[in-house]
This record gives sequence, structure tokens and C-alpha cells, in this order.
Amino acid sequence: MTAAKAVQAFVDTVDAAAASYMEACVHCGQCARACHFYETNDDPRLTPIYKLQPLVKAYKRHKAPFSGLRRMLGLVPAEVTEDELNEWSDLVYDTCNMCGRCTLVCPMGIDIAAMVRKVREGFVAAGIVPEGLTGAADRAINIGSPLGIKPETLRKIVNEQVEEVGIPVELDKEGADYLVILSAMEILNFYEVIGALARIFKQAGVSWTISTEAYEATNIGIQMGDKEIARTLVGRIVDAAEKLKVKYVISPECGHAYSALKWEGPNLVGRPYSFKVVHILELLDQLQREGRIRTRGKDARRVTYHDPCQIVRRGGLVSQPRSILNSVSDGFVEMKNAGVANICCGGGGGVSSNPRAEDYRIRAFASKKKQIDDLQGVEALVTSCANCRNVIEEAIDAYGMDLPVLGLTELLAEYLEPDGGGEPAKPAEA
Amino acid sequence: MTIVQIIEGPLWYIAAAVFVIGALWRIIGILRLGRRTDLSVPRSAAFPGAVKALFRHMLPHYGFFNRTKLHVFAGYLFHIGLFVVLFFAAPHVAFLKEHVLGFGWEAMPHWAFIVSAQAAFAGLILLWFRRIADPTMRQISDADDHIGSWLTFIAMLTGCLALQESNASLRALHMLTVEIWLIYFPFSRLMHAFTFVLSRGYTGIVYGRRGVTP
Ligand code: HEM
Ligand code: HEM
Ligand code: HEM
Ligand code: SF4
Ligand code: SF4
Repeated sequence: MTAAKAVQAFVDTVDAAAASYMEACVHCGQCARACHFYETNDDPRLTPIYKLQPLVKAYKRHKAPFSGLRRMLGLVPAEVTEDELNEWSDLVYDTCNMCGRCTLVCPMGIDIAAMVRKVREGFVAAGIVPEGLTGAADRAINIGSPLGIKPETLRKIVNEQVEEVGIPVELDKEGADYLVILSAMEILNFYEVIGALARIFKQAGVSWTISTEAYEATNIGIQMGDKEIARTLVGRIVDAAEKLKVKYVISPECGHAYSALKWEGPNLVGRPYSFKVVHILELLDQLQREGRIRTRGKDARRVTYHDPCQIVRRGGLVSQPRSILNSVSDGFVEMKNAGVANICCGGGGGVSSNPRAEDYRIRAFASKKKQIDDLQGVEALVTSCANCRNVIEEAIDAYGMDLPVLGLTELLAEYLEPDGGGEPAKPAEA
Repeated sequence: MTIVQIIEGPLWYIAAAVFVIGALWRIIGILRLGRRTDLSVPRSAAFPGAVKALFRHMLPHYGFFNRTKLHVFAGYLFHIGLFVVLFFAAPHVAFLKEHVLGFGWEAMPHWAFIVSAQAAFAGLILLWFRRIADPTMRQISDADDHIGSWLTFIAMLTGCLALQESNASLRALHMLTVEIWLIYFPFSRLMHAFTFVLSRGYTGIVYGRRGVTP
């Protein structure tokens, strides 16, 4: 019964693109060469294409061209069973960040990350989802944030930041140009970003606000593969943005939030938005090019930049973070394979919200660590996703490394030219 | 009718028909599933992304060169060798001209025929050994992978036997294996020779809209 629901969902979710992926795969195994979970576990099961097996079987049995003819001849795969789904659960949820790196080496160009999402849709239909994710989904739906942040908490944290930087932030301001949404991790752990935005936007003369009805950018529905939840969460942002009549919604320093809002959102709510979605890095880069952000001095440390998968490879923002970082850093060095081929931090695609996956996640970081170690001594790691940041900090602890992790927006704000109200910029370190 | 006559007559037409109709059916069957229009606002155009992806995935991303070079080498050795034999070997050019296309082109010299046939054999054998030797490859392989490889291998082998172009039954044997291969093709993974356009294309559309074609 459970399995039948999954099979039905699998069959429903296959469109021409998904079908062509399953038809085209030549079982060459190249994809394994790109996956950090495969690389760090020495387990053939973790080959990316193998993670799709339940979906492939259901498709071949029920939907593929000639499946009718084959069924008559007994040449279709057996029906997917519940045991099988349970057996695949760690492949589908614990060891895939939906980072899309495997697509880079696939001779057939198969988008495995998108396919893993489809497999997850079947698992959601069957109710076989790790508890960490369902818990986060409950909190997102009922409280408004996967980490359980209530509007009062948001108000309190914003007020603290207002006092800190001495710049007022007007919540729920109708007619502002930009609506800022935040990721739960930023509100709880990296709240300085709110002060940083206030200072940058003040200098650049940007009119902005934060909504107390939709302040959460992350979308657990996208990660777990639940379209209903994903739609509800995107819908909240769309409603708030339309109610406040903003022209733009700023997707924050968070990888999957950008994918959720920019690329998937309109398809989930079933219509184009009345506003534009812009990623904070895109906006900062644009403001810098227009001369509206003026910085003074540069950070002298040797730093490198971690590309969040959903922003770079699956988001298309490659040059923007680099030009922002170069404007405030003298010592920026690139990791090998930086940019579109970068390795995931190990926490994407809901893996970081899934305690069951912790061992896998920490082990997978070894691939990232190697990229960092190859640089032979960097003094800080800059990134632009609060989730990556948190995951990397935890992993750095686990590996006993000594490396501060910085958010790009905050780094930029540190070097703003002083102009009343804001703190004076720190002079460059020698 | 002798067996040789059947192989060179009706069976050929049947095999060719199954191949053409089956392949078309399968491709249409995939396209027929359709795709919802994407309502998100693209950063750049989808079509150039699709074209770029079509070429881009001919080689793995440069950052993976070291990890994949042996496989890529064997893959190209086999495919280029086979392609050259299929379309530039004198007997094949003659056959295509007489029975399929109605026009021909300059065939390659005999030594080049032999060299490319050797390349194709070496590549296919390497790929197949990798498939049975590597635990990861065993994990993801199924019967179809092996049948496809073996049928191709046998068609190539009987092609070599037919090289003397004198013994009618050896020629017919090559013809027969080729016919079996053609009939198997549309129902198998050998279809990758066509479906790669679709899979690369769809991924190219997704990424092209996002402004990256990795
Ligand atoms: C008539 C044409 C073709 C035939 C008979 C053919 C045959 C095969 C066979 C038998 C294999 C399996 C080798 C193994 O044991 O691993 C294979 C693999 C493969 N083929 Fe083809 N193929 C053809 C055309 C193409 C084309 C047009 C492409 C791509 C554009 C392509 C790309 C691949 C790739 C990427 C693999 C897997 C990689 C590998 O194992 O090296 N093939 N092909
Ligand atoms: C998979 C691989 C191979 C294939 C498909 C292959 C195929 C052939 C064919 C079809 C011929 C006959 C040429 C003709 O009739 O004009 C030939 C000749 C020959 N092959 Fe190979 N061969 C292979 C590997 C090798 C290897 C590995 C060697 C040596 C180490 C080799 C050495 C020779 C020699 C010396 C001849 C010349 C025979 C003569 O001149 O009559 N071949 N090969
Ligand atoms: C190493 C590989 C191959 C070699 C050396 C080879 C060699 C030959 C030779 C010598 C002939 C001429 C027979 C004759 O008419 O006297 C021939 C014919 C032919 N080959 Fe191949 N072949 C090879 C692979 C293939 C493959 C893989 C296919 C198709 C999938 C194929 C399809 C054909 C066809 C359709 C004919 C025409 C049959 C005829 O006219 O009797 N060959 N081949
Ligand atoms: S999307 Fe990333 S994590 Fe998932 S299988 Fe591919 S390379 Fe591995
Ligand atoms: S790299 Fe692509 S074609 Fe090769 S096994 Fe993986 S998904 Fe299939």
C-alpha cells in the first residue's frame, strides 16, 4: 500500500525530461567520480545514478515506451516494494545534497539532482521521510520557520541589530522597493547580517523592509520533496510581497532559498510573480557597479570563497561574489574547481536538517577540506549561504581545523566608507 | 529461398523496419510525455543553453580530467573506431549507397579500415572489462548493458570474418548479426546513440535559463 503510493507518485512525476534521462543513461559510472559522498565512503551504492533506482524501476514497469509489450513478455522490472524504499532511504535523503555536481561529468548530461528530487516526491507520498525533515516541515508550516522562529523573536533580533548599528529598520513597510527575507540560520546564528544590510542599504539609498508575515526564505518542502509544503511556503512570501506592493524580493545568503523562490516558486504557485526576485549578491554587485556602495580599505588576510551549489552551479551567480569579494579583499585565492565545479559543503538538499545523516555529512566534508588544504594555508573562508556556513563551522570543529568562516555581505559591510549613522570602517589589517 | 537469401532479403527489410520504427516510437514516446512551461523568469535564453550542453558533455568538465581519463579514452577509442568503420569502410560505403541512401562517398583505404576496427575492438573490450571488474560498475550494470556490448562485439567480429569478401556464408553471418543488432537496438540501451540529444538538451534548457551551462 505504502509502496503503491510511492510508485504512483513516481509515475506521475516523470515528464519528458525525466524520461529522457532514464532512457539515456549508459551505466558508465562516471557520475560517481564527481560525488563527494561516493568519494568519502567507498561504497558502490552511493553512485549517483543508483540513488534513482526505485524511480527508474517504476518508470520502466509502468510508463516507459514499450512497457506494455515488455510486461506481456515478463521483461519489466518487479514492482518496487516498501522494503526497497526503506533500503534506499539513506541514498535518497542522507547522501545527496542535490548539488548537481555529477551532471558535470555525465556524458549524457543527466540532471541527477532534479531526479533525486523526484524520487523524494515518491518517498513523501509513501510517508518515508527522515524525522529531522518532517519536524522542520511541521515547524515551518505551524510556526513560520523550520527552526521555530516566531515573529516576536524576529522583532527582538531586528531591534537588537537596529540598536547595534544605529539605523532604523521599518518592518512591514508598504511600498518599499525591496522586501528582504532571511534564512532561519541567519536570524538565529548570523543575525549581524541584518545590521550589515541596514548599513549597506543606507549608503546605497535602497528603500527596503522586512515582513513579519513572511520572513523565512528557506523552503523545507523543496528539500524533502513535498510540493504542497513547498507551495505553501513560497505562497507566504508571494502574498506578503504583493500585500506590501514591493518591486523586488531579495533572496538572502542561502542557497536553496534562491532556487526555491526564483526558479521553482512561480511553477509551484502556478503563475508569474508581480515582483522580481533578486539575489542579494546580484543586488550588491549591481549597486557596486552603479557606484552606490563605496568601500574603503581591504582585508589583507589570505581568504578563499566557498561557492554554495544552488547559487553558483544551479543558480548562475558566478562572477558576482568574486567581484564583491575582490573589492574588499587583497588576498582572495580560488580553490581548485571553484565556480561551477565546486564541491558542496555536505549539508545541502536537506542533509543538514537530517540528524540521521550526520556521519555521512561530516565524512563528505573531507572532499571540501581537501580543496581547502590544497591552498596550503588560508586564514578565512568566505561564503554566501548561512546553511553552508553553519555546516562548515560544525565540520571544521569536527576535524579540529582552525579557520574562521565569514559571510560575504557582512565582510562587505565591514569595509563600507563611513557616512554618518554607520560605524566607521575598520582600517585594513597590515 | 536459401538461408543466405533470406538473410540478405526479407530479414534485412524486417530488421531495418524494426530499427527505424522502433527508434522513432521510443523517441516519440519520450517526447509525448511533455513538459510544463517554466514560469520562472530566465536569466538568459534556453535554446543556446541546450545547444551548448549538447557539445559541452562530449567531455567531462575539465576539473575531472584526472579522475576520468582512462574511461574517456576507452570510450572515445571505441566510439570513434566504430563510427569510422561504420561510415567509411569501403564495404559499408558501398552498402549504404546501394541499399540505403542511394549515394556514396569516398571510402577510406584498407589499412585505415583495419586500424579503426582494431581501435573499436580495443576500446569495447576495455570498457567491458571495466564493467565486470569494477565493483561500482557491477552495481549499476544490468543484462541489457552486457547484451548490447556483446551484440556489438559479435557484429564487429563477424565483420572481420567477412573481410575477405569471398565467402558468401561468412558475409551472410555478418549480415545476420547486424540484423539481430538492429532489431535489439530500439528496445535497449543502445538507443543512447539517439537519446543523448534529448537528455543533454533538456539539461541545457534548465541550465541555460539560469545563465550557466556547466
Ligand atoms: C551506433 C552507434 C553506437 C553504438 C553501437 C554504441 C555502442 C555502445 C556500447 C556497446 C556501449 C557500452 C560499452 C560498455 O560496455 O561500457 C556504449 C557506451 C557509451 N556510448 Fe555508445 N554507441 C553508439 C553511439 C553513441 C553516441 C552517438 C554517443 C554519444 C554521443 C555514445 C556515447 C556513449 C557513452 C557516453 C557510453 C558510455 C561510456 C562508456 O562506457 O565509455 N554512443 N556505446
Ligand atoms: C582487437 C584487436 C585487433 C583486431 C580487431 C585485429 C584485426 C586484424 C585484421 C582484420 C587483420 C587482417 C588485415 C588484413 O587482412 O589485411 C590483422 C592483421 C594483423 N594483426 Fe591484428 N588485430 C587486432 C589486434 C592485433 C594485435 C594486438 C596485434 C599484435 C600485437 C596484431 C597484429 C597483427 C598483424 C601482425 C597482422 C598482419 C597480418 C598480415 O599482414 O597478414 N593485431 N589484424
Ligand atoms: C569491426 C567491425 C566491422 C567490420 C570489420 C565489418 C566489415 C564488413 C565487411 C567486410 C562487409 C562486406 C561484406 C560484403 O558485402 O562482402 C560488411 C558489410 C556490412 N556491414 Fe560490417 N563490419 C563491421 C561492423 C559492422 C557493424 C557494427 C555494423 C552494423 C551495426 C555493420 C553493418 C554492415 C552491413 C549492413 C553490411 C552490408 C552487408 C552486405 O552487403 O552483405 N558492420 N562489413
Ligand atoms: S547531486 Fe551532488 S550529492 Fe547528489 S548524487 Fe550528485 S554529486 Fe552526489
Ligand atoms: S554518468 Fe550519466 S550516463 Fe553515466 S552512469 Fe551516471 S547518470 Fe548514467
